[in-house]
Amino acid sequence: MTGNHIGRRLAKDALFKGVVCLLAFLSLLPLFLILYYITMKGISVINWDFLFSLPRPIGESGGGVVNAIVGTLMLIVLSSVISVPCGIAAGIYLSENKAGKLSNTIRLCVIVLQGTPSIVIGIIAYLWIVAPLRTFSALSGGVALSIMMLPVIIKTTEETLKLIPYHLKEASLALGVPYYRTILKVILPSGISGILTGILLSVARITGETAPLLFTAFGNQFMNVNIFKPIDSLPYRIFYYAMSPYPEWHSFAWGASFILVVLALALNLIARGISVKWKIQF
Amino acid sequence: MSGIFPRALSLMVAFFALVCAAAEAPALDMELLGAGATFPQPLYSKMFDAYNQQYKVKINYQGIGSGGGINQLVKKTVDFGGTDAFMTAKELQAAGAPVLHIPTCLGAVVVTYNLPGNPKLNFTPDAVAGIFLGKITKWNDPKIASANPGVKLPDLPVSAVHRADGSGTTYIFSEYLTKVSREWKEKIGTGKSLNWPASQIGQKGNPGVAGYVKQTPGAVGYVELLYAIQNRMPYGSIKNRAGKFIEPTLKSVSAAANVRIPDDTNVSLTDTEAAAGYPISGFTWLIFYKEQNYGGKAKDRAEALAKLLLWMVGDGQRYVEPLEYAPLSKEAAAKANRLVRSITYNGTPLVK
Amino acid sequence: MDTGKQRASSSTDDSEKRFNVILAGSGLLIVLLLLAIFATLLVTALPAIRQFGVFFFIGRVWDATTETFGALPFLAGTLLTSFLALLISIPFSIAISIFLGEYFRTGAVSTFLRSAVEVLAGIPSVIYGLWGLFFLMPAVRFIEMKLGVAPHGVGILTSSLILAIMIIPFSASIGREVITLVPGDLKEAAYSLGATRFEVIRNIVIPYARSGIIAGILLALGRAIGETMAVTMLIGNSNFLPTSIFSPANTMASVIANEFAEATGVTAASLIYVALVLFLVTMVVNVIGTYVIQRISIEASREAS
Repeated sequence: MTGNHIGRRLAKDALFKGVVCLLAFLSLLPLFLILYYITMKGISVINWDFLFSLPRPIGESGGGVVNAIVGTLMLIVLSSVISVPCGIAAGIYLSENKAGKLSNTIRLCVIVLQGTPSIVIGIIAYLWIVAPLRTFSALSGGVALSIMMLPVIIKTTEETLKLIPYHLKEASLALGVPYYRTILKVILPSGISGILTGILLSVARITGETAPLLFTAFGNQFMNVNIFKPIDSLPYRIFYYAMSPYPEWHSFAWGASFILVVLALALNLIARGISVKWKIQF
Repeated sequence: MSGIFPRALSLMVAFFALVCAAAEAPALDMELLGAGATFPQPLYSKMFDAYNQQYKVKINYQGIGSGGGINQLVKKTVDFGGTDAFMTAKELQAAGAPVLHIPTCLGAVVVTYNLPGNPKLNFTPDAVAGIFLGKITKWNDPKIASANPGVKLPDLPVSAVHRADGSGTTYIFSEYLTKVSREWKEKIGTGKSLNWPASQIGQKGNPGVAGYVKQTPGAVGYVELLYAIQNRMPYGSIKNRAGKFIEPTLKSVSAAANVRIPDDTNVSLTDTEAAAGYPISGFTWLIFYKEQNYGGKAKDRAEALAKLLLWMVGDGQRYVEPLEYAPLSKEAAAKANRLVRSITYNGTPLVK
Repeated sequence: MDTGKQRASSSTDDSEKRFNVILAGSGLLIVLLLLAIFATLLVTALPAIRQFGVFFFIGRVWDATTETFGALPFLAGTLLTSFLALLISIPFSIAISIFLGEYFRTGAVSTFLRSAVEVLAGIPSVIYGLWGLFFLMPAVRFIEMKLGVAPHGVGILTSSLILAIMIIPFSASIGREVITLVPGDLKEAAYSLGATRFEVIRNIVIPYARSGIIAGILLALGRAIGETMAVTMLIGNSNFLPTSIFSPANTMASVIANEFAEATGVTAASLIYVALVLFLVTMVVNVIGTYVIQRISIEASREAS
């Protein structure tokens, strides 16, 4: 009797483990399919022409996505320039003021901002920048993306700085170093790896964003480095080409996806590398 | 203060200064911004590419639909808009200042479909209305079959797709259907955005509709002729008012355009009386403000626009026919030319 | 405890003050930013709010020509796709959480799965949409043809499927963290009584981690509600109440993406009204989810110490 009972329980145990393992790996199936498709269909498209020439008129074959690549890089730089200083400063404030009404309000706002849908941020950027300036521009796209980068940068900065032992700051203050210098020259450098990781992760997040760019950066078949003019970007190109009927454009979409995924993966890997190699142990 | 902070700050300021300098630097290439209809977009993209190679002016045109083109022109975020639907009185009023329309070419709205074997089909006006009203649900419906004796129509469900965005192509198509089908006139009407029957798919832009129909067996949609041709998709011949099934071609579209054109070029070509005319043809226009000094616009930019517009109704017309659009008649081109010459900057005409 | 903002000599005092002002200012900027976002949405949506009021949410008709706007189709579309996506993804994400939290906490397999899930989370939405167009659409179309339904290939089902794949990583990683937070001695006690692994998981771990898992699911829901690109590409863009799982539809996010560029007047205000609602809904879901998780981590660290 007891033998049967235990047997059944052990069987259930084994079955459960099997189901869990199966489901866990099954959920990776789409990932592998996506990566497989991107690699197979994307790599064959990548060549010198694809990477360095401009798009051809509709229906003509050939051309490339250089304007989109440059556009994406420009948007990354633009949004980083706007969000990094503000984000790090706010992160420092939060780590230095653990309690307090303002701190808690800021933390709440960061949570809300992080969860705000990207399309809503796109509308905001349109209303704040495109409408008053009367033009679509890379600037408006950069502002939208920077709003999306802020929460990640603030959170990682705060988390990183909180980990730094108090005695470091104590020692610096005890030596008579002014407070602001302590923060800037002692605390920040110690946490640089975590902060950089946060920046790279937030960049990886916004590199693939399309929705905020729909009514802001607008797209551009030509190369553009002027932030007050519309600019193209890889995600926008992918969207535009994917929804078209031309098979060549579909392969271009895969090629651009390949570039985008490689870029995002590279950023993640670098972030991981930085957090390991540059981490200052206490 | 010395340290990372001020150094980073000065780096940022330097960067911004560089970027602003790049912005203010006299543009080696003048860049104009346009948005709107996807109906003529293959033609425009070819024309703008040729214009860029010849005159070094960049024209960034995004196909966001005629509704989008009109809206962005009114909001003054673009230099010109593209639309296949003439602006309504309400839209003209919202613009605040006079807006001119110049036609650039003619095109055909074709009914394209995806059936095994790509048969060439004939459609009566009733059949077209029935399909897009959602009343004809299977391809072997007698309304379609009666016009196509000798074609084996499959028992496939009809998957109708329309434009999800505000579209001039929709306007031309619905205007035609309003004229030929009383039921359509009562239930749906004419417009850029319509209250389509439920359970129909919407796609963005002519490319979106073409892409969907191409992939979906049993799908049917309305697109500009060139999209169907470029993608080797079949399209139907439509029975016109004279009772003949007309295939959409350059010639049949031009035949439909043999009408008097008013000075403001506001004319509809659908349901044409011409015996050999394709009944779902239409002009497509470029729209812009008559008085170009607004929003701090520089004079040379307005001049660049005027030059572009003149070229498009003049020399640029040579690119129209190879892409299966119909060129402007002499009368239409002349009227367009006159309209462009009436563009002013601070009251004085731009083009001498 | 004094954080070091002591009285120093007057020259450094000013730079101290300036520094603190800059820091506090940046923090305040975030708050102002959020308030400004809310205010902008509210003000621009005002014409629509005044015209339609609360009936906006039960209005079924979204008609640009007659300028009557009701957001019920989009609410329905959003709720249907999000909840369906949750339903589909929950077994998988819980499986991953248990896998990584219980069976394989460390080691090569664990690192592999964890990295894979991270990569899954990092793939941009538009690429999911692209893949969905060429992989999911034909698959769903095949199913629809077999069932005799109109073979659109796009609609509620397709977008729910892609959403499910996209949100698995979010609930999975949070679930894993809360499962690892279960105190070892609770499990030890159960094991010493002769329980099998399965019984421990079922009777100890899951109930203990339940609120955390639910919070993770909430956060995944928040993500699903706000998702735009992949959904826009796969939902069929129909402004009507979906009648079946195969119907084309629109979500709040996708209707904005489709129609904002050409919207004027009341149409634009109505779309922004939809955006406002979207903003508030995601805000509530995310805040609740985050606070539950924070409370759990605080409790866990309190127990550990």
